[in-house]
Amino acid sequence: MTELIERPAADGGDVVVVDDHGGAGHDAHEHHGPSGLLKWLTTTDHKVIGLSYTVTSVLMLVIGGFLAELIRIQLATPNSTFVSLAEYNQLFTMHGSLMIYLFAGPFAFGGLANIIVPLQIGAPDMAFPRLNALSYWLYLSGSLIMLLGFVVAGGAADFGWVGYAPLSNALYSPGAGADLWIAALLLTGFSAIFTGVNLCATVFYLRAPGMTMFRMPIFTWNLLVVGILILLAFPVLTAGLVMLYCDRHFGTHIYTVHGGGVPVLWQHIFWFWGHPEVYILALPFFGMVTEVIAAFSKKPVFGYKGMIFATITIAALSLGVWAHHMFTTGVVLLPFFSIMSLLIAVPTGIKIFNWIGTMWGGKVRLETAMLFAIGFVITFLIGGLTGIYLASPPLDFFTHDTYFVVAHFHSVVLALVMGGMAGLYYWGPKVTGYRLNEPLGKIQFWLWFIGAQMMVVPQYILGLLGMPRRIAVYPNDPQWATLNQWATAGAILMGVSTLVFVVNFLYSWKRYPVGNNPWDAQTLEWFTTSPPPHHNYYSLPPIRSERPTWDYNHPDQRSLAHGHHEEPAPAGAPA
Amino acid sequence: MHSTPSRPPGAGRTTARRGRLGALALIGAAMLLSGCTEPSFGAYKSVTSQGRSTFHLWQGFSIGAIVIGAFTLLLILWAALRFRARGNDETLPRQTQYHLPLEVTYTVIPILIVFALFAATVVVENKVTANPPPATVIRVYAFQWGWQFTYPSTNFATPTVGFSIRGQETNTPEMVMPQGENVRIILQSVDVVHGFYVRQFNFSRYALPGVQNIFTFNAQSTGTFFGQCTQLCGLYHSLMFFKVRVVTPAAYQQWLAAELAAAPITSSIAASASVRQQLDSGVPVKPAIGAGVN
Repeated sequence: MTELIERPAADGGDVVVVDDHGGAGHDAHEHHGPSGLLKWLTTTDHKVIGLSYTVTSVLMLVIGGFLAELIRIQLATPNSTFVSLAEYNQLFTMHGSLMIYLFAGPFAFGGLANIIVPLQIGAPDMAFPRLNALSYWLYLSGSLIMLLGFVVAGGAADFGWVGYAPLSNALYSPGAGADLWIAALLLTGFSAIFTGVNLCATVFYLRAPGMTMFRMPIFTWNLLVVGILILLAFPVLTAGLVMLYCDRHFGTHIYTVHGGGVPVLWQHIFWFWGHPEVYILALPFFGMVTEVIAAFSKKPVFGYKGMIFATITIAALSLGVWAHHMFTTGVVLLPFFSIMSLLIAVPTGIKIFNWIGTMWGGKVRLETAMLFAIGFVITFLIGGLTGIYLASPPLDFFTHDTYFVVAHFHSVVLALVMGGMAGLYYWGPKVTGYRLNEPLGKIQFWLWFIGAQMMVVPQYILGLLGMPRRIAVYPNDPQWATLNQWATAGAILMGVSTLVFVVNFLYSWKRYPVGNNPWDAQTLEWFTTSPPPHHNYYSLPPIRSERPTWDYNHPDQRSLAHGHHEEPAPAGAPA
Repeated sequence: MHSTPSRPPGAGRTTARRGRLGALALIGAAMLLSGCTEPSFGAYKSVTSQGRSTFHLWQGFSIGAIVIGAFTLLLILWAALRFRARGNDETLPRQTQYHLPLEVTYTVIPILIVFALFAATVVVENKVTANPPPATVIRVYAFQWGWQFTYPSTNFATPTVGFSIRGQETNTPEMVMPQGENVRIILQSVDVVHGFYVRQFNFSRYALPGVQNIFTFNAQSTGTFFGQCTQLCGLYHSLMFFKVRVVTPAAYQQWLAAELAAAPITSSIAASASVRQQLDSGVPVKPAIGAGVN
């Protein structure tokens, strides 16, 4: 472990005192308001809200993961009767819905972003603290409403997390579970929109003096772009859901042929949200990994401006690729959506090469957070490359709706979970003042990393052999059975990994206190105390680059642009 | 890269390691080029001429993906392991942040690769989606939870139903088609969205309500091939199987004549006529046969 880095009295510049309570008034703010449960219920502190988001979304990950284990047990044997056909449809629908709507997004832009973005730009809170609280309560209500589906007559929604019309209308899916699903998505959708507003306003208006746009950390940049994407994409989904609800209950025929509607319209609306959503999910995790790799390589982010350019390009392209989910509908313009989708590989490739460039020539320390970050890059590389196949319509024709697609996006989302774990191990100490146990963290990483590959590789092969997705049973074929058993074993390893994480959390509870900057990290949030005070900073360092804390701690180690060959002074030497 | 100010211990071994890597790469390339002339990379080589084109595109993409993937993976592992901080080494590395020529290189090369992939995609896509004049037309209706294959009575141009083969989850229906001829499929759903997928044809297409999807198969060899619904369509989605039997043109004509004689238009399943009528009036309803299971 890196020991606590004391702030040196070097000539990194003078700090600006922003809170005259100083260190002595640490708890002064807390005494004004209520305490305990009431404090939590009425809080507008971005760190508390962010923590609530993080805990709730990790809980959704655990529940969604449990559903996944049930799915994998069902598929471990041919013609399995572990669950019924109806139950199976509910299982994968709720698994997908929990993971996409209730875990990945809220964890990233509601949880870590909420805590870290204001800290990274030197803001005292989010721009609209009460709106931020409303976001969380809407999210929590939505999550509970979706889970309630399991206890109503007819069970939870069972038409897949994409809810294709007309299967999702009242004729084919009459149950209350479907309505709860729609209500949940409306609530969490508004929650996301409010968070998007908050992120944009915070980044545009609450940056500390000196924190120009091109000095913001990559994580914050990515979350700004995510905020904009949320504002462009989520209202479309919300409108689509309202129309679906009208079809179900108010006699409209927007998605039914009967009455002049167009079923494919739902797919257009859904994926117009759904593809930007892929990047709304992915970009925050890209940001986390970028920060972790830079910190654990002790180098600045390589190609910082190129990284921002890549983020913006991904976001822009993501708005024009939705119909690559619809190549097999036969009603979309194939070449346009094909080239737009293929082009996304370019900025994504830039990111991967920039991550390599950040590590290159650095002093790489393979702590748990860094292992998860590297595991993310490798797994995401696999998911990204198989995504390129799917951008080609002829190749999509024969892999669409098979396990090849399932394996592709599980490569991506299992990589995202690794990015999220990297973020938790990296920023956890900043938020709580305590770090997690490292050996347990490494065991957790290897179980997850091996389990993920063990699950997706057989699924790629199964997809090419012709196993469709969302089937509860498959005929007795020894090859399919063996491959499915490997996949199930991989899923179980990931389940064990999650248990190791829970054990680590309980074991490490208040066991390993850390200082302000346990990783010798570079960005602004590592300048304040761990955990940060009520309004985040007592004092701010001068912000003259995108890594003010590093400049303050290592005034002789400035970033070098290409062509600058002067040897840096040896570390620790008096400046 | 610029030379690092202090080379960590172990850096001298890099030449030997590089040699071993090169040898491995050579062996891999040799195996790829000599061992099997046409590696399938896990996909079916396909029965139809359309699927065959798709298969070749798959091969091209796979070679690219493996080369680029292996190169990038090695770079990741190399960067993570070669530049690993050793022991209590507290010195700080050079704070290199930009290398514009390098960054431009790894932007421009991927763009060129993308346009090459796109060009290949468009060529194959035009082949796969082309609809040349057909020798036979088969109308395929998907429903919860089965398939109906409807053959014309005499002339494919008239919409008259000759006879239909219908099956659902308990009896797998079989679509018969001639080898070496263009077979036009007109695909439609009468209820929810289904996926018409034949593994060894390397092809799938949605069966949509209210939309006719038209595509062409030209099967190059005879045999029976497995098909299944790929788009979630409700309770019995997992059991929505069908088969495609490709026979010689002569055998096809024989089969067609026998089927027509056995099932003249008048006795053709009432439900299929009602389905067609509903489709013509734009108001699809669930066929009676599927309704009971819902």
